[in-house]
Amino acid sequence: MSENYSIPAPKKHPLSLQIDPALFEKATDEEKKQTDVMAESTTFFKDGMRRLRKNPLAVFSFWVLVVLIMIMLFAPMVVPYSYEEIITVEGVRDKGAANLAPFQYSAKEQAYMDKYGVRIFPHIMGTDELCRDYFIRVVYGTRVSFLVGIFASLMVLVIGTIYGAISGYFGGKVDLIMMRIVDIIYSLPDLLVIILLSVVFKETMDFSSVPVVGKLGTNMVSMFIVFGLLYWVGMARMVRGEIMGIKQNEYVLAAKSMGASGSRIIRRHILPNCLSVIIIMTAQEIPAAIFTESYLSFIGLGVALPMPSLGSLANAARSGMQSYPWKLVFPAASIVLIVLAFNLIGDAMRDAFDPKLKN
Amino acid sequence: MSEPETKKSEYLVEVKDLKEWFPVKTGWFHTTPLKAVDGVSFNIKAGETLGLVGESGCGKTTVGRTLLRLYEPTGGEFYFNGELVTEKNIHPLRKQMQMVFQDPYSSLNPRMTVEDIIGEPLDIHHLYSSRQERHDKIMHLMELVGLNAEHATRYAHEFSGGQRQRIGIARALAVDPKFIVCDEPVSALDVSIQAQVINMFEELQEKLGVAYLFIAHDLLVVRHISKRVAVMYLGRIVEIADTDDLYDHPIHPYTLSLLSAVPIPDPKTARASKRIILEGDVPSPLHMPSGCPFRTRCRYATEQCAKEAPALKDRGGNHFVACWNK
Ligand SMILES: Nc1ncnc2c1ncn2[C@@H]1O[C@H](COP(=O)(O)OP(=O)(O)OP(=O)(O)O)[C@@H](O)[C@H]1O
Ligand code: SF4
Ligand SMILES: [Mg+2]
Repeated sequence: MSENYSIPAPKKHPLSLQIDPALFEKATDEEKKQTDVMAESTTFFKDGMRRLRKNPLAVFSFWVLVVLIMIMLFAPMVVPYSYEEIITVEGVRDKGAANLAPFQYSAKEQAYMDKYGVRIFPHIMGTDELCRDYFIRVVYGTRVSFLVGIFASLMVLVIGTIYGAISGYFGGKVDLIMMRIVDIIYSLPDLLVIILLSVVFKETMDFSSVPVVGKLGTNMVSMFIVFGLLYWVGMARMVRGEIMGIKQNEYVLAAKSMGASGSRIIRRHILPNCLSVIIIMTAQEIPAAIFTESYLSFIGLGVALPMPSLGSLANAARSGMQSYPWKLVFPAASIVLIVLAFNLIGDAMRDAFDPKLKN
Repeated sequence: MSEPETKKSEYLVEVKDLKEWFPVKTGWFHTTPLKAVDGVSFNIKAGETLGLVGESGCGKTTVGRTLLRLYEPTGGEFYFNGELVTEKNIHPLRKQMQMVFQDPYSSLNPRMTVEDIIGEPLDIHHLYSSRQERHDKIMHLMELVGLNAEHATRYAHEFSGGQRQRIGIARALAVDPKFIVCDEPVSALDVSIQAQVINMFEELQEKLGVAYLFIAHDLLVVRHISKRVAVMYLGRIVEIADTDDLYDHPIHPYTLSLLSAVPIPDPKTARASKRIILEGDVPSPLHMPSGCPFRTRCRYATEQCAKEAPALKDRGGNHFVACWNK
């Protein structure tokens, strides 16, 4: 060591921990400043995403969802069948194509292929009792589930966050009254109310004249509304609780002492600090909504025919369960896959963005 | 100020008989007022510092927050620059009064960059005409408090306690205030950094001519920076005097005990034999003793102390004491 330095190091025991001060030089001001701030600059979001990417289950679920979404978006362009029409061979309805097994062809299709030496697009999941391609019906059912899940949780997000933020921010009597309303809604038996509301909406509302929305069908729209009306309470409670805590921080007082308005304090100080809770709640709301939609469709209150939904497909498959079990397996597996993937991602997000909540 | 100079006084801050009682639920239908601040009066001249000292829980923070109308006062008046501060005229006055908080961790929003934290008062009062001007102002402020301007885009959690407190000070200075309430700005910091930060407060005062209400729970900290010092006990000021006078000739028994609790650097000169040790705890502000609030712990307490609360009386040379027997 000592050869490298002009100052000879004093002789000492090889195991001695004594340090030779001559080997050190004073830190310059610049170097001192560098130690002032040592951690690498990360934002809250980057930090959370980094932790999220480290979670293998989350990454796997993410890719599962990506694949599902890809199939959902592109399958209808690739598959030459429609979800509501009977399979046709050479322009003629193929009455013999009912209840085919996966990758099986009907007699007419087989004859057609032999005659021209071409291959017809296979029925990946077979066909249903009305001679419709089952795969494309499951794909459309998945689309419906996704739409309902995402729109319903968006509604929950908006209503719940605004309501919870107001209640938590103002506190006192406002909070008392607003939270009693939440308690009332919370104590209603969800499914009973959902069923009642969806029956009422089915009878009284007609959205077919409204642009965009009308296309989705009255049932689907009323479904969003039903979810929105019922499930925001959980979100509102969480947001309120979080805000009650955040409000105690001195930075909120600091903003008040500077003269910040209530809405500024909510927007700039309170909401960004409960963002993690909001994101996590929303991520967990999606599978809940998907599940409820499937449930409702299963008991016949969901989306209107001929639009398929995973729940109504499963319901229709119930009757032929012994002879054609795959018809129940495909939509059921699809529901399980979606709900599981969303739940795993939701949990991983919770762990990544808000480790406090983990228990 | 172009207002008619009818009430111009020599003081920037005049507080008269300030009261802040918090209603506390003590039963199903009972609320008892918690007299956190009970009749506090003091004055501060422009560019000067009043130190406010007292044990934990005696209402120092509440005084500061009530002045800035973070709490609605229960009673009393506060004149700022000769103008009575009310709920109506507080908003424009917030440009002239600011606060530095006790906890450097919870007083900065963890989701905001330093630039946005310091720029917030500028945003609220629309004190710039262009993005560039805002940026320049913030850079100037960071330099003023000794922060590296390169760190403007960082988040508060990346800084040490001392640096965070500097950010808090820069934020308070952004609107160019005349008066800053400093609520124990150094008690959460390392002793080695405390001195640095206090020196910075002094330098800033010299440069900018800002007045401070400097709150601390320890007399040593305020001695350095204050022109006058007020000692608080259970929501009242028990002694207020010019700094040297108070330290050299303390009169109130509570001040005496506080001063004797201050560690003395040189043990040879230690007033060990004269050390007065305070016995017992501070009574709960919900159950204040009758008469003099310090009575339960005072060695000089007499019958009169239990009957009547002593008022602050001038003992000569602007040295006020609230005590019957000393
Ligand atoms: N918002 C409030 N509601 C009810 N009581 C309060 C409130 N704020 C403070 N108090 C009470 O008022 C009293 C004085 O509190 P304050 O925070 O002013 O003391 P302090 O002198 O600043 O103490 P510390 O040195 O611990 O900061 C305490 O008993 C406290 O419990
Ligand atoms: S008034 Fe009485 S109890 Fe109060 S400090 Fe003076 S001597 Fe003590
Ligand atoms: Mg305090």
